[in-house]
Amino acid sequence: MSLLLDVKGLTKRYGGLTANAEMTFDVNEGEIVGIIGPNGAGKSTLFDLITGFQPPDAGRVLLDGRDITGLRPDRISRLGVARTFQKLKPFPDLTVTENVIVGALARTSDMKTARDQALESLAFVDLLEKRNHFARELSTGQRKRLELARGLAMSPRLILMDEVTGGVDQRTIAGLIELVLELKHRGLTIVTIEHNMQVIMRLADRILALHAGRRIAFGTPEQVRSEPAVVDAYLGTIDDAA
Amino acid sequence: MSSNQTDMLEAARAERLWPRPPLWVAALGAAAIALLLAYPFIFKASFSHHLMILILLYALMAQSWNVVAGLSGQISLGQAIFFGIGAYSSTVLFTKYAITPWAGLLVGMLLSALAAVAIGVPTLRLRGHYFAIATLLIGSSVQIVFQRWDWVGAASGLYVPIDRTSPLFYLQFHTSKVPYYYLALGAAAAGYLVVWKLRRSRFGFRLQALRDEPDAAASLGIAIARHKVLAFMISGAMMSVAGTFYGQYVLVLDPERLFSMEISIIVLLMTVLGGSGTLWGPALGAAILVPLSEYSRIWFGGTGRTIDLILYGILILLVCMWRPSGILSLLEERIRRRTGTP
Repeated sequence: MSLLLDVKGLTKRYGGLTANAEMTFDVNEGEIVGIIGPNGAGKSTLFDLITGFQPPDAGRVLLDGRDITGLRPDRISRLGVARTFQKLKPFPDLTVTENVIVGALARTSDMKTARDQALESLAFVDLLEKRNHFARELSTGQRKRLELARGLAMSPRLILMDEVTGGVDQRTIAGLIELVLELKHRGLTIVTIEHNMQVIMRLADRILALHAGRRIAFGTPEQVRSEPAVVDAYLGTIDDAA
Repeated sequence: MSSNQTDMLEAARAERLWPRPPLWVAALGAAAIALLLAYPFIFKASFSHHLMILILLYALMAQSWNVVAGLSGQISLGQAIFFGIGAYSSTVLFTKYAITPWAGLLVGMLLSALAAVAIGVPTLRLRGHYFAIATLLIGSSVQIVFQRWDWVGAASGLYVPIDRTSPLFYLQFHTSKVPYYYLALGAAAAGYLVVWKLRRSRFGFRLQALRDEPDAAASLGIAIARHKVLAFMISGAMMSVAGTFYGQYVLVLDPERLFSMEISIIVLLMTVLGGSGTLWGPALGAAILVPLSEYSRIWFGGTGRTIDLILYGILILLVCMWRPSGILSLLEERIRRRTGTP
């Protein structure tokens, strides 16, 4: 397996608060890496640093051996990195198909090709019947699938998904898990932030656990599950609540 | 993928990329084109011609604002800069070097596009209201420069020298307004055709994407600043065309008027009234506001100079309360929904 994403010592501070401290992990081609951690652990910040939406204070991001640290988001995207946002960002005044066409246009300038590519992506996430609706008319679960379809339409090598299953009902979650596994099967490399422990244990080949901006564990689901720091920081709180 | 999705995908792929408009829309469009072509012969009064010439020029100007603001989401308050550049380019080249205004038209477009780069590159990288503020201030500065610049007539402006030998070459017509009408119609039609194509292009889709969600647009590989600057260049060039024709129509270049804030604001008002971001909204706004302005001037004379602005204000207020996305959006949304235009 070859290394696709290599994150070395990424650090981001906001004044006195360290959102990410010397974050180090790697992602192999074709792998699913899950990121877990309580709210405020620095998960979304880590995505922003990797995808260029925020500049890191220190550290390096290598994509397929190439240093992409500090590149503009659109440049990183054009290297084959797609992402979804925790706070969903559909283009509200475009239809569902048009939203996904914008993604497909990353690879082609021909509108017909882009449209067909968009329709395929929509079929993949099971959203074809909504294709002529405006994006603002969709439910949260549908918006998540729309955002996924939009990212997939640009045929990325790597996709970073921020809480794909957050805020959607249980039935929808099963479908989303199937989708992610199918993407992996097609050879896509996936990094996913996930709050739902059952989902992440099922999906991820390896898990990166964060707490207060620091890495507390990185390894297979079994390794991470048995890590005392993880149980304390994350799983422990779930048990307390239950 | 479930089998129902497979079937639906087949059906969706077979759909036309751009569905044909419904028959009644096509019929309405054909009637409108016929009416526009025959207009000077149906309404023969000189004032009718004057009114339509202004509506067409303002429709083009409002569309130019629509490109930068409606499509790329950047509020320009300095469109008059390009209007003035267009008028001055053709007139200066003609009066000083005897170059045909047709060449001046192209030079004006080029200079306007360059001015858009000069203004846009430093300001369009910033988010928020910097662009609006910058265009507002630069607009005022440019006006002051032209009012002080002796080479172009300073505050008294320029006159286009009368030459009756070759109307088409000199782009001035003294026996009838009809040629001006067709020139204005041609210019407006060309502008709307460009924007119609633009909205169906990769560039147009990307503008609308970055207008609504710049972060999502960037995550899809769109170079935000470069797209905004390009939209502003197109907008400036379109505005410049209207400026050249306007200058040739009135034959007097008054920097007070050409570079006025009023021009910059009015193209905004027209577009917002008709429907920002739509294709026909700017034309609709021009068709409402130009007659309002001209008739209030007739009814109230010199004392009524600002009455039209008060009426504009009331109209905008009503639109904001009743339909913030403009009058046309109501209709366009329905057509789109029914025909499923992507």
